[in-house]
Amino acid sequence: MAVLQLREAIRRAMVEEMHRDPAVFLMGEEVAEYDGAYKVSQGMLKTFGPRRVVDTPIAENGFFGLGVGAAMAGLRPIVEVMTWNFSLVAYDQVINNAAKIVQMTGGQYRVPIVFRGPNGAAENLGSQHSQALESIYAHFPGLKVVSTATPRDAYGLLKSAIRDDDPVVFMESELFYSFKGEVEDEEFTLPIGVADLKRDGGDVLVVTWNKAVHTALGVAEALGREGIGVAVLDLRTIRPLDEAALYAHAARIGRVVVVQEGFPFAGVGAEIAARVQEACFDSLDAPVLRVTNRDVNMPYAGNLEKLAMPSAERIEAAIRAVLSR
Amino acid sequence: MHMASIERNLFGGYGIVGGHVPLGAGAALAFQYRGEDRVSLTFFGDGAANQGAFFEALALAQLWRLPAVFVCENNLYAMGTSIERSSFLTDLSARADGVGMRRWSFDAYDVRAVHDEVGKAVAHARTGAGPVLVEARCYRYRGHSASDPGKYRALDEIEDYKRTKDCLMRAEGQLREAGCTDAELKELHESVEAEVADAVAFADASPEPDAAVLYDFTFAGAA
Repeated sequence: MAVLQLREAIRRAMVEEMHRDPAVFLMGEEVAEYDGAYKVSQGMLKTFGPRRVVDTPIAENGFFGLGVGAAMAGLRPIVEVMTWNFSLVAYDQVINNAAKIVQMTGGQYRVPIVFRGPNGAAENLGSQHSQALESIYAHFPGLKVVSTATPRDAYGLLKSAIRDDDPVVFMESELFYSFKGEVEDEEFTLPIGVADLKRDGGDVLVVTWNKAVHTALGVAEALGREGIGVAVLDLRTIRPLDEAALYAHAARIGRVVVVQEGFPFAGVGAEIAARVQEACFDSLDAPVLRVTNRDVNMPYAGNLEKLAMPSAERIEAAIRAVLSR
Repeated sequence: MHMASIERNLFGGYGIVGGHVPLGAGAALAFQYRGEDRVSLTFFGDGAANQGAFFEALALAQLWRLPAVFVCENNLYAMGTSIERSSFLTDLSARADGVGMRRWSFDAYDVRAVHDEVGKAVAHARTGAGPVLVEARCYRYRGHSASDPGKYRALDEIEDYKRTKDCLMRAEGQLREAGCTDAELKELHESVEAEVADAVAFADASPEPDAAVLYDFTFAGAA
């Protein structure tokens, strides 16, 4: 069993898939000669050459769209976005083109493309570089949205995303690129749309994904020492949502807290809370609570940034609140 | 929108003006990647020539010498806004200058000129020398859509184009010069009208889709 950083696990998935399938290539800003803005693609130019590891100018609207067109014409592009914040200038290509082409062409054309890069806040990156954007991609039919921050999950899910015949929005975490975890030496894939119970417990279910999983696990560990059993369900995929796992654990445990980065209004947490109460109302002992970013654009100052994020303290308070009912 | 044919390599019609131009460049990227002797053609109007996606697609296509031809059908009105009110430069092929792309304009009222000029552009792109932007200067007689009465231009202007420049009228003249008889032209008109009438009848006679297909084609593979 190898211990890999998140960036190394993502790179391993891309390298293996590019060796497996000549239609797979990587395109994005600084992916080739610079070796990746976060060194995710380090060494890949040397391995595959400039035809398959392609530096782009700063033109997301353009190269996202070229990726979609290339996918329609039979390639399997991996389009790296330096951060998901920058995808907003290319949003039209993802929503109006990638997500709709299969439907608009009656299934004649397919768009096997992965858009991937870091999502959410890192540290002191300011308002325009700190957004978690799952909700605005998960809103649309026709897209799959994966958001994960453990090396093993990222490896297995990215391989599935690259092999998928539909567009996949794949969200990573800048803060966790150096985070290490075990990944099996032998090749494997993990299915898109399957959540993972990262820790079990009988009192409260925390539903979360990406780097908030790590925060939630820390809180669960601490509360476990007090005798409070906190289960942590890592969705890993926002869409398609693993409703079977979500409802089974919610109904079994009866108390649910959703922890998400990103703004609260119409966020993914709101969707989960709505669905859990629709499906599990009779099994719930407390209202579903959400812990989210504060409803404010991200401040630059470090102390204010911490206040705006879903912290361990706020997660713990929400867990205690649902337990008090 | 919603019209495509994979067997005819028709990549579809798109409803976001200019948003599809990168797709055409992307198809050309795939052709180049696989070393295929193919060229993509991307069609759009004068309105698209002000969109960012159009500029970015041109920049990338030229940077990578993609085998692509971009055809701007400049019919002088983007919905109700005339070219003079929407662009400082009214020769829209000049949009290529900023990225160093080969470009020219031509009069698209002459069907032979359209064939020859687009043919030249395709031949250039096919050599690997890079993409081409051509501006096909044309005109539209009707409104932009079924709900557009087209009141933003004078009737005289429309009638003048019909009387002096109409491309079908010109094509008919060219066919006569080439030796086509009245009977042959009549037969051609009738066969085209019959083909269109058949298509309309087919559409009218086709049933509404079954409710069971509502969710079909959200995904190509398993959801």
